[in-house]
Amino acid sequence: MTAEPLGQHRRTPAGIRLRDRITNWGLPLLGIVAIIALWWLATVVFSIEKYLLPSPVDVIYAFAGQAGFLMEQSWVTLVETVQGFVLSIVVGVPIAVLIASSRLIERTINPLLLMVNAVPKIAIAPILVVWMGFGQLPKVVMVFLLCFFPIVISTAAGLRSTPAELVELVHSLNASKVQAFFKVRFPYALAQVFVGLKVAISLAVIGAVIAEFVGADAGLGFVIVQSGASADTPLAFAAMTLLGLISIVLFYGLAALEKRLLPWAEEHR
Amino acid sequence: MIQLKHVSQVFNGRQGRVHALENINLEVERNEFVTLVGRSGCGKSTMLRMVAGLLQPTSGTITVAGEPVTKPRRDVSFMFQRPALLPWRTVLENVLLPVEILRLEKAPHLRRAHELLELVGLTGFEKRLPHELSGGMQQRVSLCRSLIQNPNVLLMDEPFSALDALTREELSVELQRIRMEQATTIIFVTHSIEEAVLLADRVVVLSARPGRLRKVVPVDIPRPRTLGHNAHADRVTEVSAELHELLMPAPMGDIA
Repeated sequence: MTAEPLGQHRRTPAGIRLRDRITNWGLPLLGIVAIIALWWLATVVFSIEKYLLPSPVDVIYAFAGQAGFLMEQSWVTLVETVQGFVLSIVVGVPIAVLIASSRLIERTINPLLLMVNAVPKIAIAPILVVWMGFGQLPKVVMVFLLCFFPIVISTAAGLRSTPAELVELVHSLNASKVQAFFKVRFPYALAQVFVGLKVAISLAVIGAVIAEFVGADAGLGFVIVQSGASADTPLAFAAMTLLGLISIVLFYGLAALEKRLLPWAEEHR
Repeated sequence: MIQLKHVSQVFNGRQGRVHALENINLEVERNEFVTLVGRSGCGKSTMLRMVAGLLQPTSGTITVAGEPVTKPRRDVSFMFQRPALLPWRTVLENVLLPVEILRLEKAPHLRRAHELLELVGLTGFEKRLPHELSGGMQQRVSLCRSLIQNPNVLLMDEPFSALDALTREELSVELQRIRMEQATTIIFVTHSIEEAVLLADRVVVLSARPGRLRKVVPVDIPRPRTLGHNAHADRVTEVSAELHELLMPAPMGDIA
């Protein structure tokens, strides 16, 4: 007996790979370049005042003028974001495991989670400052509050979505609950967990900035508040661009990690 | 080896109670190959699940090797209609899953895994992930996994029904060969008469709703059997015709 040929999803021709690369990298880049060009054109054609809408060139000058300072502030925001994000994974995943393990626990915890999530985070921010001061802690907590919910929901959903045939397989081997969890249910849930992580990471940066707005002496959110007060719009734009970059890098980093850890997930969805 | 005594199964459905199986009595000898045939919904999968210990009968007793079945046994393995492979594990790791769960010795079973994969023609594919394989290859991996712990009993629930006709035939022939090399008691559920005749020592025919044991047909055709040119074509036709008649509803009286 000979082995059958592999399915058509294994694309080998170099031409197709090149086309993939262009659509993966070229198109997003083209979009960004086009928007910047339009923005620049608008500021020139309508000769808009710098403090209303700075041109891309003004923003670059603003950045170059205080590059060191801006990088320091970016680092502060990045650290807060990552800390809060990691904290929400560390706390969120075990809670999701609890929720998925019993309907009773789910019914007890779910309304609480929904209530906490329904509170506008911007309303809590000043309270967090009152409780925790102006340091990094309230920022980390704010990031945590925003990230926590999507991670819990997606992880619990993933843990419940184990296909029936895998559940039966585990039963037929008389596996213990712990074995079933670590060998089948959790690995299977990972694809869904990553969906939640990607939603969460884009919220994480927002959380850090909200907290910095309310009370901070460092971070990109603080820079934006300060430059707004002194009508230094180009500097605010430079800080916002850096925020966008942080967001993009974190998101694509996560996507790359997913591809590395779960090469099967893409084909499986 | 396997004994069913007055076994019945009643499900409580939304529209009242459903009698899936009624008063089944059957004995399967050690190393016998029995196929269960019947139309869909006649309870053949239910019967297999009860022997596997995945489901308890409403009444009656089932014993394997003289012991009543209350939960899945280590010496009984189950092969499903779908490959049920773990998508993140390589072919080899999938085959070794029962070894990990049953906490068997690693080294000898690793050797056995390689032997089994060779037996089904998957040498060189050990490091592949399931999504890189065709349906037939995936089901071969599943077959290796169900044989890894050297089970005394192998229960197969329409394992080839999702495959194309040629792959199905190929796998049926392979299954016979594997079984000739290594004695195992097999109960094989199918709705294909061809498959039943090709594989079985005895064919158990179930009637539908409630599932009752209609007839047990012995198949005394020498092995190995194939579906192609066959020295025993007459016997095959004869048995197939008998099964066909048992499974088809009685023809209407006067059509004129």
